[in-house]
Amino acid sequence: MKEQLNSIEARAEQELSQINDVKLLEEFRVKFLGKKGEITSILKQMGKLSAEERPVIGQLANKVRAEIENALNAKKEELKSKAEEMRLKAETLDVTLPGAAQRIGRPHPLDVTLEQVEEVFLGMGFDIVEGPEVETDHYCFEALNMPKHHPARDTQDTFYINENVLLRTQTSSVQIRTMEKMKPPIRIISPGRVYRSDAVDATHSPLFHQIEGLVIDKGITMADLKGTLELLMKRLYGEETQVRFRPHHFPYTEPSAEVDLMCFNCKGKGCSMCKQEGWVELLGSGMVHPKVLADCGIDPEVYSGFAFGIGLERITMGRYSINDMRLLYENDMRFLEQF
Amino acid sequence: MDLSMRWLADYVDCDMPIKEFVSGITMSGSKVECYGEEGDYLENVVVGQVKEIVPHPNSDHMFITQVDVGESELVQIVTGAQNVKKDDFVPVAKHKSTVLHEGKTVKITKGKLRGEASNGMLCSVAELGLTTHDFPYAIDDGIFILGDDCDRTVGKDIREAIGFNDTKVEFEITSNRPDCMSVIGLARETAATFGKELKVKKPEFKGVEGDIDQLLKVKIHNTDLCKRYIGAIVKNVKIEPSPRWLRERLRACGVRPINNFVDITNFVMLEYGRPMHAFDLRYVEGAEINVRNARAGETITTLDGVVRELSEEMLVIADAKKPVAVAGVMGGEYSGIMEDTTTVVFESACFDGASVRTTAKKLGMRTDASARYEKGLDPHECYEALMRACQLVEELGAGEVVKNVVDENYQSEEPSSVEFSAEWINNFLGTDIPEEDMIKTLESLEFKVENGRAIAPWFRIDIEYKADVAEEIARIYGYNNIPDTIIRGVAQAQRTPKQNFEKLIKNAMTSMGVNEIETFSFISPKYFDKIALSESSKLRNTVTIMNPLGEDTSVMRTTILPSVLEVVARNYSYRNPECYVFELGNEYIPVEGEVLPEEPVRLGIGFYDTADKVDFYTLKGMIEGLMRAAGAEDVEYERAAADCGFDEASAFHPGRSAVVKVGGETVGIFGELHPKVLENYGIEVRAYAAKINIPELMALTSQVKTYKPLPKFPATTRDLSVVCDEEVPAAVLERIIKKSVGGILESVTLFDVYRGEQIAAGKKSVSYSISMRSLEGTLTDEQADKAMEKVLKELSAIGAELRA
Repeated sequence: MKEQLNSIEARAEQELSQINDVKLLEEFRVKFLGKKGEITSILKQMGKLSAEERPVIGQLANKVRAEIENALNAKKEELKSKAEEMRLKAETLDVTLPGAAQRIGRPHPLDVTLEQVEEVFLGMGFDIVEGPEVETDHYCFEALNMPKHHPARDTQDTFYINENVLLRTQTSSVQIRTMEKMKPPIRIISPGRVYRSDAVDATHSPLFHQIEGLVIDKGITMADLKGTLELLMKRLYGEETQVRFRPHHFPYTEPSAEVDLMCFNCKGKGCSMCKQEGWVELLGSGMVHPKVLADCGIDPEVYSGFAFGIGLERITMGRYSINDMRLLYENDMRFLEQF
Repeated sequence: MDLSMRWLADYVDCDMPIKEFVSGITMSGSKVECYGEEGDYLENVVVGQVKEIVPHPNSDHMFITQVDVGESELVQIVTGAQNVKKDDFVPVAKHKSTVLHEGKTVKITKGKLRGEASNGMLCSVAELGLTTHDFPYAIDDGIFILGDDCDRTVGKDIREAIGFNDTKVEFEITSNRPDCMSVIGLARETAATFGKELKVKKPEFKGVEGDIDQLLKVKIHNTDLCKRYIGAIVKNVKIEPSPRWLRERLRACGVRPINNFVDITNFVMLEYGRPMHAFDLRYVEGAEINVRNARAGETITTLDGVVRELSEEMLVIADAKKPVAVAGVMGGEYSGIMEDTTTVVFESACFDGASVRTTAKKLGMRTDASARYEKGLDPHECYEALMRACQLVEELGAGEVVKNVVDENYQSEEPSSVEFSAEWINNFLGTDIPEEDMIKTLESLEFKVENGRAIAPWFRIDIEYKADVAEEIARIYGYNNIPDTIIRGVAQAQRTPKQNFEKLIKNAMTSMGVNEIETFSFISPKYFDKIALSESSKLRNTVTIMNPLGEDTSVMRTTILPSVLEVVARNYSYRNPECYVFELGNEYIPVEGEVLPEEPVRLGIGFYDTADKVDFYTLKGMIEGLMRAAGAEDVEYERAAADCGFDEASAFHPGRSAVVKVGGETVGIFGELHPKVLENYGIEVRAYAAKINIPELMALTSQVKTYKPLPKFPATTRDLSVVCDEEVPAAVLERIIKKSVGGILESVTLFDVYRGEQIAAGKKSVSYSISMRSLEGTLTDEQADKAMEKVLKELSAIGAELRA
């Protein structure tokens, strides 16, 4: 029987090595290890053996069974991993083929910039308020220290609806509406559309956007105005940004300042982009004029404040190097999808 | 305002590099737009003397000249000009030089003209970039023969020789500083900015005896609009061109020289910023000046030869009979200075700014004079300006000035003064500037500081408040020397619910693959026809612009739809394969009895796609997504009828458009565009659009979210197919199912609509998957069956039967 067992082991080993298919493995298991398999039939003859031989053969039989089992399992693993490997190989794709298209909608570049500006100011405690675009002469000019026939009105060619109603030329109108409604301290920005009768070209549009800002409180200084706007510019254009404050005149602020940004292109040396000036004019600002405060019922002896108006188109065009304002209103998909 | 640097140097030291000057003066408030040297395009052009001139052998109109240009050998140059003689001094463009030709720079090199060598070119005034106004003795169609007012050293650079090398600086002067629209004003700013001394002397003249009151009468009839009028008389005048130095200055400041008297008035205007006028006394009837309002029907022919109709609110200068000038705007043609003028009346006056502005605007002629007056000039400066004019007359030997002048003066105001407190100014600016520095700055600007008050000089019309004085300090101190600080104190801020809702809508649209657009708020009234709006639609009642740029932008939109469709059409015309856009923008709706219109926010959507399959349900899916994002419950859809509340229904395909209702209220319209509308826009594929009323939608939805526990018990699902009439909308079936199943209903999902074999004509089979669930326990089959029975019974009542 010992020889029989040894021969089973040898045959099993030989047969297993021939097997290449998981299905044949099962046949092999039945043949050698099954209830009617060769090992079982040997074990069934154990009764015929002497008491001395029985444990020896028994031990041998178990050992042979264990070895065949191990070999079988090893073979199984081997075939499985081979099959897996073949499947993976067969399923290989050209990963450079295009994916299934998903449409991604983009916010308008003006809106992207506006939201960023809003975040900066929300962080500094500025509320966002809105005002009408069709506005009275009073809010757009009169209350801003620009009575009828004021020469400063010439710089803002106005669309009129009737003698008294117009399309606002500046978001500064919202300053007055806010001061009439709110008591200081006031910290607001007011973004929106403004209108001037300029023909459309690469740098002009009869409709554009401004972001107005207004701060009124006790002890507000011109240094605060500078610090606030400088912070905004650094947030928008990076820490390296350099700005300068240049005296100017607006009827509703005193002192008034225009804020210039150092030209990105030439770093202040002067180039065609900045008309050789080295600086690009960015926004107007100033300390709120005492007459404007008083007319809104705020005592200029107690309170002071500053205001500013930023051209949204100008900063957007600067940020994205857009060289023609018309692109912003043309809404060509090939343009919109770049943002 | 153009400034001659040479002129400026008469009054202040300004020999710093030009770049430094420009930057410094800009940063103290007088902004430089640009600057440059006169004639800087001229290269290698020198003074030459014609030593020999002979006719060209091969031409009957050309000459061969030998010209001395200060080099060892004479230069041979061929010229076609007929006015050159031997020994004439001329501008010579040498080989490899640059001159102007028809306004453009051209290079001159040596060559041959009809076989004769020509090593350069003799130049006309135009070729140097000048006119015969600059050199009155020169001619237009010939070579510029240099007169004795030029430096006639052969070989000398031409620009230097004829004084065409001044530096011009162009300023943008703000409307509050008319005093800076003058050489002396800018000299004063230069002195204060750079800490230099201002060297202006009071003008003086000798004068001749004469009884001015016999010679000229002046009466101001409207002292509100004219506070002061000073007249002077110059006798025995000699009208001739001004000397070169005077012509040069005018030219550098952009003013064309005419003759000595006209030039003197312009010179004084540029130097003192005070417009002046000169009349020929012969044409001032009665030798009287009346400053009065024009009379109805009066006309005047102005210096530019145009007959102007005057109206009663306009102020004129009139003689005994008729207007001779429009006050502060322009003089009359007949009373102007002419070749044979013998006696001149000089006018230096102060007219009301607003009046001049209105008159100039109404007559459509804005002049250098009106531009200065309209900003508001002070009456005190009239006198100095007139003195300067008289001084120049004597200096030029142009006539005899009568010693006394007529001075009608109704000015009585005190100079403006405001409280001066260094502490207040420092607190206001956030600075720490010593008081004595402030006083020094103010004094350099000709303010006086006395008894705690800053007294402004007369010419400063803009000083009224403490803040005005603070600005003077700040700008000379340098804005950029003021520290940058952050506002003290903490403030809370957040977006309003409206702003948050609009942001949510934008995010929802972009997340569904639609691009945001920005369009003009004004449209053409024709756009209403393009969207087939009925003639009687209330949307045709617009806020209309009185002075639009053109019809295309003449009315404020009452509907956002055409704005969006224009963009869709434009993209189609650009052959973009797809276009998905939305705009969140205002409409402008006039309100009866209100001054201002309403400006409600609307969402407009538009798209077409030539690459992917899209249809009505693509759009509806978008609207459903939007409603989910907005938190809308109880959303229903109905076919868009003409009376659905949206007049824009006319723009849509009647069978493929719907309104969306939230809580029973219509908040939007959407659908496929009507073929006629597509044709109007030139869109040749099906396109889709929508308009949603945003504030209305916001009012009907809630942004407050409450978590609902996830279900503990399993759901039971039953599928149901019913056959009904084709016309029955799916929404009706759904509504019945929802009502019948009641509280245990979790969802109703449509999964098939079938027409065809096995279904009778005019009928359709509609299949739903109905999911039911109880929060209390697992539903039994019995409970589910019972619910389904009820559904079938109710559906049967409207003729929808279980499909066999």
